[in-house]
Amino acid sequence: MPDYRWPDMAKRKVMGQRISRLDGPVKSAGRAKYPSDMNPQGLLQSALLTSPHAHAKIRSINLDAAKAIPGVVAINTFVQPGAEVQWAGAEIAIVAANTEEAARDAVRAIKIDWEVLPHVVKEENLAKAGTRAKAAGEQVTGDPEKAFSEADVKIEGEYGIPVITHCCLEPHGNVISWKGDKVDFWPSTQAVSTSATQLATLIGVPATQISVTCDYMGGGFGSKFPPDSWGAESAKISKGANGRPVKVFLDRATELTIAGVRPSHFAKIKIGAKSDGSITAWQSDSWSTGGFGGGGMAPIPYVFVNIPNRRNNHAAVSLNAGPQRAWRAPNHPQAAFLTCSALTDLAQKLNMDPLALMQKNAGLTLRAATYTDQLAKAAELMEWKSKYHTPGEGKGTIRRGVGIGVATWGGAGHASKAKCIIHPDGSVEVELGSQDLGTGNRTCISMVAAESLGLPMSAIKVKIGSNDYPASGPSGGSTTIGGVSTSTRKASLNALEKLFEKVAPSLGVPPDQLEAVDSRIQVKGNPNKALSWKQAAQKLGPSKIEEMGENVPAQAAREGLNTLGASGVQMAEVEIDTETGIVKMRKMVAVQDCGLVVNPKTAESQVFGACIMSICSALFEERVMDAVTGRVLNPDMEFYKLAGLPDIGEIVVHMDIQEVHDKRGIIGLGEPCAIGGIAAIANAVHNALGVRVPMVPATADRVLNAIGTKRYA
Amino acid sequence: MQSFEYANPTTLKEAFAALGSSWEDANILAGGTDLLSLMKDYVHSPKRVVNIKGIKELGGISRKGGNMRIGATVTLDELTSNAAIRASYPSLIQAALGVTSPQLRNMGTVAGDLCQRPRCWYYRRGFGLLAKGPNGEALVPTGENKFHAIFSNGPAYFVSASTLGPALVALGATVTIASASGNRSVPVEKFFVAPTADGMRETDLKPNEIVTEVLIPVPATKNATYEVRQRELVDWPLTAAAVALRMNGSTVTSASIALGHVAPTIWRASQAEKMLVGKTITVETAEAAGEAAVANATPLSGNRYKVQLTKVAVKRALLAAAGIKA
Repeated sequence: MPDYRWPDMAKRKVMGQRISRLDGPVKSAGRAKYPSDMNPQGLLQSALLTSPHAHAKIRSINLDAAKAIPGVVAINTFVQPGAEVQWAGAEIAIVAANTEEAARDAVRAIKIDWEVLPHVVKEENLAKAGTRAKAAGEQVTGDPEKAFSEADVKIEGEYGIPVITHCCLEPHGNVISWKGDKVDFWPSTQAVSTSATQLATLIGVPATQISVTCDYMGGGFGSKFPPDSWGAESAKISKGANGRPVKVFLDRATELTIAGVRPSHFAKIKIGAKSDGSITAWQSDSWSTGGFGGGGMAPIPYVFVNIPNRRNNHAAVSLNAGPQRAWRAPNHPQAAFLTCSALTDLAQKLNMDPLALMQKNAGLTLRAATYTDQLAKAAELMEWKSKYHTPGEGKGTIRRGVGIGVATWGGAGHASKAKCIIHPDGSVEVELGSQDLGTGNRTCISMVAAESLGLPMSAIKVKIGSNDYPASGPSGGSTTIGGVSTSTRKASLNALEKLFEKVAPSLGVPPDQLEAVDSRIQVKGNPNKALSWKQAAQKLGPSKIEEMGENVPAQAAREGLNTLGASGVQMAEVEIDTETGIVKMRKMVAVQDCGLVVNPKTAESQVFGACIMSICSALFEERVMDAVTGRVLNPDMEFYKLAGLPDIGEIVVHMDIQEVHDKRGIIGLGEPCAIGGIAAIANAVHNALGVRVPMVPATADRVLNAIGTKRYA
Repeated sequence: MQSFEYANPTTLKEAFAALGSSWEDANILAGGTDLLSLMKDYVHSPKRVVNIKGIKELGGISRKGGNMRIGATVTLDELTSNAAIRASYPSLIQAALGVTSPQLRNMGTVAGDLCQRPRCWYYRRGFGLLAKGPNGEALVPTGENKFHAIFSNGPAYFVSASTLGPALVALGATVTIASASGNRSVPVEKFFVAPTADGMRETDLKPNEIVTEVLIPVPATKNATYEVRQRELVDWPLTAAAVALRMNGSTVTSASIALGHVAPTIWRASQAEKMLVGKTITVETAEAAGEAAVANATPLSGNRYKVQLTKVAVKRALLAAAGIKA
């Protein structure tokens, strides 16, 4: 069996290099075909009818007028008379037509007789949630009452972070064709290899007959795993239309209303500490919603998990609003925001720098040395010592402040199989049923294969995005890089071993005495006793080598190629116009460890993107529900505000690449870097103002309300 | 989007013939930055769309008697590139540059800016300009009103979306409105109307009329616009103040102060205007004018902060016009 271990850091030739994305040119030139770009011959366009009511029962559905519209080919309903819908935007019917216009006109011609029922769409005020709030049970550790009574210093605060949506640039949807017993499915998905099985159960076609293709996709962030109801109905319409392909992609309003949200989280938090800053007690009473199903408790206290005495109470609030889906590090950004806000308030009460408070309590985390180190590094990059001041201290109407947020994540590799094929002409393919969400996955696979085979990346053809290839896990939980790197490594080395067997006789040594270096197969350490890669491959005769490699999560820890447990520290610096309450970003610093870093460039890109998402959530972004109509008021890119380039300030990313982390193996990065930023920005606002803006996003209204009558001059 | 007829006139006469007697009959298309989204969202579905960009006389910026004439189809980009406008009307330039999207500045027109429909999220979601709920109740006063009016006691609570409106009102500009039966001239201030009943619109324009030009008096003023926006990326102002001062030395002889995004119309801060006459602009007088400008504000449940923002916008616009660094 080959030695699968990663080469030593210093000996790597491709991994660890800053490599630009392989698909950058085709994407920027517009040549990359996303699922929504697919327009096969005979395409039917479609549109959805969704519920205008947040809670209602359907008495009857009349499709006659809609069917009479010229160009309409089929109308399927998702629900039948008698059904109750629980949120505005719920799918009612899908119309397929020869043109998009006809489909949309037909949607408007469908007559539904509704019995409108009472709804609840707001959860900010728990007292108003009534029976829609369900207690999730109490968790107690130690003796919080005693600890609070003995604490030298106590703080109590209330904090909130609203529901936000995934806001994918390419909305949810697919193109699908079902002709005879064959289904061709082009979904915008985070899960190429599992899509066929999931669709199979929805439409009753064996997975073997379903071909899934997704070469590129325009963002998912955790919301694009299943084929969705519209995927299944569009398939049925295609079948009924003799296999004419059907395109269904949500319009922007529907995308922001039903295609997934990140749950809100509110909490009243009490912390007790000794006068030296040692934290002794925690109490939180929290509530959240992720839609009709309520919302789970975020993992609080966050990172500082070993506060000895703790009491947590949580209530899940059920709303008549679009359902939650996993959102980049589910519940962690909320947990970081709640915990780090309360800790910063505690620091103020203690007259301590929050950096010192966190360092003092690093022992309450599971990776004390790493956090201590990362806090110091982030402070250096932020110039924390010169920028931090007593909260609210300063002169003039424009005030600056700095804040901290911390993060933790798992990120072990998912189950993944890869196939490496060496052709007799020397060309190489690596196949995986994986997907590139825009993270650089394709590029990293190529780098691992090139490293393992001693070839340049240009010699490797990476094939992903199809379920014809060996199954690889869905991209969720920051599991992809660990999974695909391990399977690619093993497949490549297994294939190389076969090549060595074929080549060994001509070099006169046993196969285990060979190595692949710089496009040569050579006797270990002896470039003079070598064959070029091409010459070596010719020894295969007419048959190619096809070898598999697999990441089995249960074995991963033993093998050491990938592992879990990433840590990160983010710091933010803001500038606030205290007369207008407008907060502007000046700088963000992200220090992030994710074990062995395959490609520092794409890794940094992940972190840049995560910082920008954090800025959006901390300063601009929220779903606004209307209590009376039960509707989302801002399902658009106009009042659902995201940051633009001029709003993000300077972002400094420091990948914590060190031998000590590298030796742990590869760890996922997508999520850990999207956690601490909101907390950092909210705390920077606090540092600038000296008062807490209890809820993000810190918009002008909230900032001015928090400032109240306080004057800054 | 509902199917529609498309008319492409090259003369005003042809355009008048293509327009109808109701807004449902025909709508004017210039830059299209608003009309297309209204149509795509089925908020408004006219049977005919009349493109006026092919009518040459609606373009151009020139001196016309005692006025600067800005043609209706002049784009925001053309406006900001014009040397004469830059020299005399910084308030207009500042407002136009506040539309921070080059795409919108390239397409959006001056008359289109005045005629664009409100951005009220109830209106845009199909609840009507007066934003009424299922039982005819007003949705805004008890609903989500952080971006709504602070000067209005209903029944309209939306804010005028016009970017150039405040500056044009402060500068004393008029619009020329043409129809088959002739031309009429309306001060920009009177062009905006707060609807009081269903079916009414927010401007004085009739369905069979076309705004052909904007005329701004030439006698120069010291003028400036100050907007407060949440984002730098293209974003609607939370509030805007435009001021135009006539000075005798350092003494204000007359002041015009117009507020945007705070009422269904462009709101004139007449108390503040009066109190500045005979004064010198200082931080103190500017602040006092800001206070006076919002003295009669009637904010809603969620937009009291806009009173503060408007106060600050007036102060900063005055200081900018007077060339004083705060």
